[in-house]
Amino acid sequence: MSELSNDTMLLETPFHSRIKELCGLNDWGNWSGYTTPNAYFDVELEYFALRSTTGVFDLSPMNKYRITGPDVEPYLNRLVTRDVSKIGINRVGYAIWCDDAGQLLDDGTLFRLSKNDYRLCAYRRATDWLQWCALGFDVNIVDETDEIAGLAVQGPTSCSTLTAMGLTDLEHLKPFGMKNYDFEGESLMVSRTGFTGDLGYEVWIAPEKAELLWDRLFAAGKQFLIKPIGSYALDIARIETGFLQAGVDFVSAEEVIRPGRSRSPFELGLAWLVDFNKPLFNGRKALLAERENGSRYRFALLDIDGNKPADHSFILKGGKQVGTVTSAVWCPTAKSNLAFAQFEMPHGAVGEKFVAEIYYQRELHWTRLLAPCTVIDRPVFNPARRRKTPAIAF
Amino acid sequence: MTDYDALIIGGGHNGLICAAYLAKAGKKVAVFEAKDTLGGCASTREITPGFEVSGCAQWLHQLSPAIIKDLQLDLHGLKYAARDLPTVALGDNGSHITLDGDLVEGAGISTSDQVAYKHFHGKMLKYANLLRTAYEQRPPKLVESNWADRLTLIKLGLGMKRMGRDDMSDFMRLILINIFDLMKESFDNPLLQGAISLDAVLGTALGPRSPNTVFSYLHRQVGEVYGYKGVSQVAGGMGKIGQVLASSARKEGVDIRISARVNRINLEGSQISGITLEGGEKIFAPLVISNADPVTTFESLLGFDNMETGMARRVSQIRNNSGTAKLHLALKGLPGFTGLTNAQLGHRLLIAPDMNYIERAFNPIKYRQYSNAPALDISVASINDPDLSPPGSHVLSALVQYAPYAPEGGWEHHKQIFTDIVIDRISQYAPGIKDQILTSELCTPADLEKDYGMTGGQWHHGELSIDQVLMMRPFPGCSQYASAVDGLYLCGAGAHPGGGVMGLAGKNAATEVIKRGKQS
Repeated sequence: MSELSNDTMLLETPFHSRIKELCGLNDWGNWSGYTTPNAYFDVELEYFALRSTTGVFDLSPMNKYRITGPDVEPYLNRLVTRDVSKIGINRVGYAIWCDDAGQLLDDGTLFRLSKNDYRLCAYRRATDWLQWCALGFDVNIVDETDEIAGLAVQGPTSCSTLTAMGLTDLEHLKPFGMKNYDFEGESLMVSRTGFTGDLGYEVWIAPEKAELLWDRLFAAGKQFLIKPIGSYALDIARIETGFLQAGVDFVSAEEVIRPGRSRSPFELGLAWLVDFNKPLFNGRKALLAERENGSRYRFALLDIDGNKPADHSFILKGGKQVGTVTSAVWCPTAKSNLAFAQFEMPHGAVGEKFVAEIYYQRELHWTRLLAPCTVIDRPVFNPARRRKTPAIAF
Repeated sequence: MTDYDALIIGGGHNGLICAAYLAKAGKKVAVFEAKDTLGGCASTREITPGFEVSGCAQWLHQLSPAIIKDLQLDLHGLKYAARDLPTVALGDNGSHITLDGDLVEGAGISTSDQVAYKHFHGKMLKYANLLRTAYEQRPPKLVESNWADRLTLIKLGLGMKRMGRDDMSDFMRLILINIFDLMKESFDNPLLQGAISLDAVLGTALGPRSPNTVFSYLHRQVGEVYGYKGVSQVAGGMGKIGQVLASSARKEGVDIRISARVNRINLEGSQISGITLEGGEKIFAPLVISNADPVTTFESLLGFDNMETGMARRVSQIRNNSGTAKLHLALKGLPGFTGLTNAQLGHRLLIAPDMNYIERAFNPIKYRQYSNAPALDISVASINDPDLSPPGSHVLSALVQYAPYAPEGGWEHHKQIFTDIVIDRISQYAPGIKDQILTSELCTPADLEKDYGMTGGQWHHGELSIDQVLMMRPFPGCSQYASAVDGLYLCGAGAHPGGGVMGLAGKNAATEVIKRGKQS
């Protein structure tokens, strides 16, 4: 650098000019090297926009990889634990991938654009691993992260908003489906996916048209009370609906330094994504052995008495620590105090009762609370409108 | 439907040994060899009518005595043309020195070097004996160890402790360093330093100053623990080893098919189901044991797309460069080496006048070039075994350090030049040899790869370096002969404890297969 600059060291997403205008709190975070808003004006109001009208979240920093070629299906089938052949064209699948030891590397969504053409959206940078996985396969892998801007448009009025913007027939798009529209000469890809557990869409566009898309979207959404939301509000929503966050609820096996700190899909409640009918996928042998011999940990949802979020709490049984909390929040819509916990086996079965050791502070006065809690079998937020097709107009 | 209990890919010495031990244990076994001869690197070939040489390995100095006994190789025709041959390090104008057991004699050797060599030889034997302990069983795993593995580690540990504190700490110091430094601190005589250094680098892509070369020297010295004093010469050439082992294996009931190249290792689901031969014939068995090197086995025969990524990545990272070529000469008369008696002509002859000579010979292969003055390990095999050539004529073979796998522009542009360089080098010690040459043949690492199916032309099927031995051979996660693919095993030099016509990889693999069969 030749002169001192007040510019941030972080990259800006294609929507930055618009976000900057709206980010009244000026509260920014670092997401994969991009400066992204933690909150725009008020975390709770942003959250309620998401749950009552429409919230818009910039997800451009998601790592996007375009994977094509004649061997792409066997390639992906070895990479991820689920059966990719079951994802139809113009469909999206949630997927996880492991190393040979059956330890989770990351999770993400797999968009099938055509027969041999997929886009993988991953939370972490994955170029290195994806390239290693290409040994023995005829595939082409391109990092498209900077070539595609993305917005999550989530909430009850999201379909109405996008329809008002001119996306016809969107209400018939099923969950995990996707559709392409023309937007000012560029292709606008819309998928009915999201991280909020509600009716919602993700829209993907070339960066050159990003600002125009933002403007059109907010103009169309004005009557539907559209609001931008930051990562804090999104975090409440994703916990409420039971979604894991890489780097929070598990540490990628590639980043783990200490032995035993990584987690297998079974240890994160993701067994439903592991398909042993496939003869080969990374981690299969180790996961078969784990299924045989048992896991070290169990992932569980806890319903905790009271209204004090159990962030970083120890979970006790008979005074002995048997687990810890990875994510916790007071869920404003479900009106429940929820936490994700990792238990040492055999603890954490559904219905089992524990005590959460919660510390909280009011005016420098610390209180230790021993809150009874129960393992519940499903997330607390799961509205019918999330799945309904045609989407219900609000 | 299965045809056999186990199929063995490759009729090299380890494949045949593994097959024989399995058959002895009652298994129905078949061996498939691509060539029309057996023995792999233990091969005899005719370079021109009437002239036969050992085509790859030329001396026997490590074959396990337990294997010779168990498989009754004497009864099956194993004979030596000569045993316990001394090594002659050739010097200028006939000023040679001779290494024979723990004795070193000859021009300019000081008494202090003689005493030091006796001491050194004894110490190396002690260390090599420690390696032998580990070589004779499957390598222990460090993590998740079971009692058998723990016992091996305990034996290794006890073995080290039993050497005494000084030897133990010296062993730990030496095992990672290079032969150059060890020679510098041990001896003054350049010929002696050169001779031992050459032993440390033969078959490798390492120079005397490369780390790890004390380890590769100790690997070679395991042969001395087995009672080989120097090298021995098999009557009929090294190919005889293949014939003898095949005879023993057949007697145990092993089916051996030659000219039967395996094209593919087959899976059904995630379990091994057999092999497909060139030509399409499929043979079914629940176990496939590969004598081929790990890269050939996993990349070419199984396919990277049939294993998990971590394993494919490990296979792709195996270091298997070779710096060794082989020269074969048919000679119309007895070659005259300056200062050697006729009897000495049949000994092991080295051209490695000093360590820097070897290091300079090594330097070019780093840049895909060949040595202008290579170091050589020469055998005039017809002296001890006159049947190898017509009466009055002779054959000479030589291991040549160093030649790259693929020189710039390809070997076709360089082969004749390099052949002339090697012959020139020999003629400096054997003037007149050029006029005696009827035929010459140079086998580059690329030729050795093609002829013997070893990736990179690497004798050990993967460099024998600390990062690729014991529980890391051929790579972590594939160290006890079994691979991560159910039913697929390794039994070749790429597995523990490595190559050198030792046979332990084949024997240990059979032991492991039998043991696992009992457990399941």
